[in-house]
Amino acid sequence: MKRHFADYLFRSYRKRKAVNSTMYLVLIVATLIALVPLFSIFGYVLAQGAPALNKSFFLELPKPVGEAGGGMANAILGTVTLVFLASLLGVPWGIATGLYLSEYGRGRLASVVRFCADMLASIPSIIIGLFVYALVVMTMKRFSALAGGLALGILMIPTVARSSEEMLKLVPQHIREAGLALGLPRWKVTLMIVLKGIRGPIVTGVMLSVARASGETAPLLFTAFNNRFWQGRLDQPISSLPVQIYTYAISPYDDWHRQAWAGALILVLLVFAMNLITRVVLAPKARKS
Amino acid sequence: MSAIMEVSGLNAWFGAAQAVKEINLSFEKNTVTAIIGPSGCGKSTFIRCLNRLHEEVPDARAIGRVLLEGDDIYGRGVDPVAIRRKIGMVFQKPNPFPSLSVFDNVAVGLRLGGLRRASILKEAVERSLTLSALWDEVKDKLNAPGTSLSGGQQQRLCIARALAVEPSILLMDEPTSALDPISTAKIEELVTELKKAVTIVMVTHNMQQAARISDKTAFFLLGDMVEYGETSRIFTAPKDSRTERYITGRFG
Repeated sequence: MKRHFADYLFRSYRKRKAVNSTMYLVLIVATLIALVPLFSIFGYVLAQGAPALNKSFFLELPKPVGEAGGGMANAILGTVTLVFLASLLGVPWGIATGLYLSEYGRGRLASVVRFCADMLASIPSIIIGLFVYALVVMTMKRFSALAGGLALGILMIPTVARSSEEMLKLVPQHIREAGLALGLPRWKVTLMIVLKGIRGPIVTGVMLSVARASGETAPLLFTAFNNRFWQGRLDQPISSLPVQIYTYAISPYDDWHRQAWAGALILVLLVFAMNLITRVVLAPKARKS
Repeated sequence: MSAIMEVSGLNAWFGAAQAVKEINLSFEKNTVTAIIGPSGCGKSTFIRCLNRLHEEVPDARAIGRVLLEGDDIYGRGVDPVAIRRKIGMVFQKPNPFPSLSVFDNVAVGLRLGGLRRASILKEAVERSLTLSALWDEVKDKLNAPGTSLSGGQQQRLCIARALAVEPSILLMDEPTSALDPISTAKIEELVTELKKAVTIVMVTHNMQQAARISDKTAFFLLGDMVEYGETSRIFTAPKDSRTERYITGRFG
């Protein structure tokens, strides 16, 4: 065969190869640069926060203004409580919405719901805090753990819903058909076979939204407010790490600044731990089965 | 021989496109009926109408009469969920339920149907796996994920899953098209064995397969059933010239 293009192809091959290597290098550098903020934040928080960590930080209440020492025990417990309350609302609601969108959601209603979920996800969290303030705090006439949990829960719904929907859509249609062909009603197929089959990935989505919610400050400022003491009933104000960090960070006292850093470190570690647990403990299981 | 399922005037559509046209056909008890025809001839759609799975596809619908042991599954007020319990189905691609063990894959139909006694389930699982010629291969790894088996084993697992709920008819939609020749041979052998227990309707792309294991053969073309009869006759003395041209490989 006569070769019309051989020379051209060879020359352009060398050029393409050069472009390819350059672009590859550019991508690696860009990736490394993207990691810089993460590691510098973590390094800085670690350096600033670690010295202030001690036993009393984990076990004691904040000391009154002017007294040194004390800790954030109530804030740590408060954050756990708030995130628990939020998950109680956000997780089942979010998964239910995801189930609707993926299993039944066709036509206009579904696209409206999908659009609304995306809108809700992009509403600034402080607005959600304001909304809950107007709805719950004004009605109950006080700040409360419940209001804080509600605000964080609302925040979680759209992310849980959309991530569940995406995971559910990855389950092939013929799995559902196999369930239906066994003479099982659709809801059983959906809950016991489809959802069960992807519980790993769903939990991953949930954990990411929990991690997100546990760091939110703005929606808590005028819902859960803050509390210098151990939390009482759920209809009373409650302390939380983000709000406590905020309060301490804007104070004029060095000791409080140190504690704010320590709080920040704990919060970061908490979120890291959740991500890590999700990835290490849950993900491989989901892959194996 | 008595007919266990009688189909009359069955039509099926995807949106406005008609996929199955006016099919009349009956299946006799303890026989294997092969449905053959080129791609897109409506054979898969046809058997998916037989357990009312077709209508689960958006915009798909079917009308006609399908009598299962005398009762019309398209009758008024008939719950498709209830009739599917009597009609098992095996799909083209082996599709064991992800994250369920071998045991649970077989037990799931009974368990979600309300049977929870461990002893009953154990017995049923062993019986079904033995019927599907898989027991000896998996009896030591009943707790392994169903998806960890080989493709051929997965397909037999799916057959066991369908058999566990004791259907009177087993629909098979190209059950060997995703399998290698050895696994295919095992499934074919199994089908011949299974017809003692259950009536089988099998869609196949593979004409040799139809000739080897079926008692009756129906040839579909463009949504019509062109010819139906004893397999030996269809493959030796087809009446319709289109059937002849298809089985001799001149088209399709």
